[in-house]
Amino acid sequence: MNRSTLLAWQVGVAVALLAIWHVGSSVPIFGFYFMPKFFFSTPADVLGRVWKMFVTGVVWRHLWITLTETALAFVIGSVAGAGIGFWFARKPKLAAIFDPFLKAANSLPRVVLAPIFMLWFGLGVWSKVALGVTLVFFIVFFNVYQGLRETSPVVLANARMLGMNDRQLMRHVYWPSTLTWVFSSLHASVGFALVGAVVGEYLGAAAGLGYLIHEAEGVFDVTGVFAGMIVLALFVIAIDWAVTSIENRLLVWRPQPHQQS
Amino acid sequence: MPQTNATPDPAVSLERVTVAFGAGAARYVAVADADLAVGTSEFVAIVGPTGCGKSTLLNVVAGLLKPAGGSARVQGAEVSGVMAPCGYLFQQDALMPWKTARDNVAVALEPKGVARAEALARAQGWLAKVGLALFGDRYPHQLSGGQRKRVALAQMLIRDPQILLMDEPFGPLDAQTRALMGDLLLDLWSADRKAVLFVTHDLEEAIALADRVVVMSAGPAARIVAEHAIDLPRPREINEIRLDPKFHTIQRAIWNDLREEVLKTYQAQAGGAA
Ligand SMILES: Nc1ncnc2c1ncn2[C@@H]1O[C@H](COP(=O)(O)OP(=O)(O)O)[C@@H](O)[C@H]1O
Ligand SMILES: [Mg+2]
Repeated sequence: MNRSTLLAWQVGVAVALLAIWHVGSSVPIFGFYFMPKFFFSTPADVLGRVWKMFVTGVVWRHLWITLTETALAFVIGSVAGAGIGFWFARKPKLAAIFDPFLKAANSLPRVVLAPIFMLWFGLGVWSKVALGVTLVFFIVFFNVYQGLRETSPVVLANARMLGMNDRQLMRHVYWPSTLTWVFSSLHASVGFALVGAVVGEYLGAAAGLGYLIHEAEGVFDVTGVFAGMIVLALFVIAIDWAVTSIENRLLVWRPQPHQQS
Repeated sequence: MPQTNATPDPAVSLERVTVAFGAGAARYVAVADADLAVGTSEFVAIVGPTGCGKSTLLNVVAGLLKPAGGSARVQGAEVSGVMAPCGYLFQQDALMPWKTARDNVAVALEPKGVARAEALARAQGWLAKVGLALFGDRYPHQLSGGQRKRVALAQMLIRDPQILLMDEPFGPLDAQTRALMGDLLLDLWSADRKAVLFVTHDLEEAIALADRVVVMSAGPAARIVAEHAIDLPRPREINEIRLDPKFHTIQRAIWNDLREEVLKTYQAQAGGAA
């Protein structure tokens, strides 16, 4: 299948789904709507609402808040995860001591922490960031820890034979391989930073995409819920695209730049 | 290298070197009482069955592995830590995969304190010497196995080490590439004859390259069981020298030793186990 046929099929599927939705919600069949408006809204209404959100500009503030939370959670979680992963990989005894605690913490469904974070950090941005950090941290931590322990001993021995001291080994061997493992978890960690932000907003906030969707649900505004979901989906696609292009640039030396852990 | 006495120290000397892995019941003595000396501009090849302890012996000389007994000296000094006079070409791929070929070669000069611009220029020169002038911007995964070995060779040689340790460097390459790499190595080596300790499981390769071939017995407790001087004329060309009748005589002599000693070791093992 070449690209244009593929695209044609994809557009076709989208049109068909929209058509079913439209017919189900706006055309009575034997006097009966099999997708009642109250529960499903209509595609025209939803797209209209999305349009309005952007035109009136209400959405920008929420997007900005969600983006800020995602970015903060990603950066803080990655730096902490990479730092501690790196440290533990070089200190096996420390890793052995903390191993059960990390596993236990990681097995905890993070959503249960959201109310506590709200108590600690308030309803603003930071409680969402905290939730995102607990998700991102573990992904990056385990990736870096595992990755570094598997750093080729031959590459290391070779670098030592070249006469490198500890600082040079750090710069030319440990640091690049740490970065590699951080980047290889980039998609997953950005995705989880976003999940943390949106779920946090959903559970209690005054702004953000999760808050928008939650508000609409509260008043049974199905059009608003779908519109919020579409904006969220567009937002995720945009972020994913940005991550992919960053990744392609940073991991040029890799055989498969899209390889995921 | 300051010399304190009249007779220069050999580049490498091993005396009754014993190497063991593990402890207690799991203790495995890989090499026992190995004796070997390599002169300052001598090319010595080590042959022996797979798993006998050839890499282990090189690691001892390089300072990557501490022997359980005996003494290992490099240029007269007891081996301790990574030995600066040694360059090591590993059996496996050892290039940094996140650096281009040129950066991989240039980085070898950083520990010597060479400025980066100069290091890059010299790296380019070495890439040209190994026939990869146009491949400097490639990453290791974009090079063939043979090309990666050439980069590794350049990386080792750019530091100008006095002793070259090579562990089956051309092992995974096809026959033609091996011969080409062998010729390249001899060419580079003949310019300033460093001491070479070259491990291979390929007897023909050992004879074609070396001044002396030493034979290791099969493990455990492998040792050096025979030495043969290779008095073939230099300069040599791998594919030519193979046709020399003398080559075959030498090959037969070494093979006799290799086979006989391996058999002896095997019988000793069987006897010990019974
Ligand atoms: N780190 C290690 N731990 C335990 N055994 C080892 C280790 N490295 C090598 N050996 C054993 O020592 C023997 C010699 O290994 P090696 O020197 O790699 O052989 P080769 O002659 O093929 O290079 C082998 O039997 C191998 O199993
Ligand atoms: Mg080996």
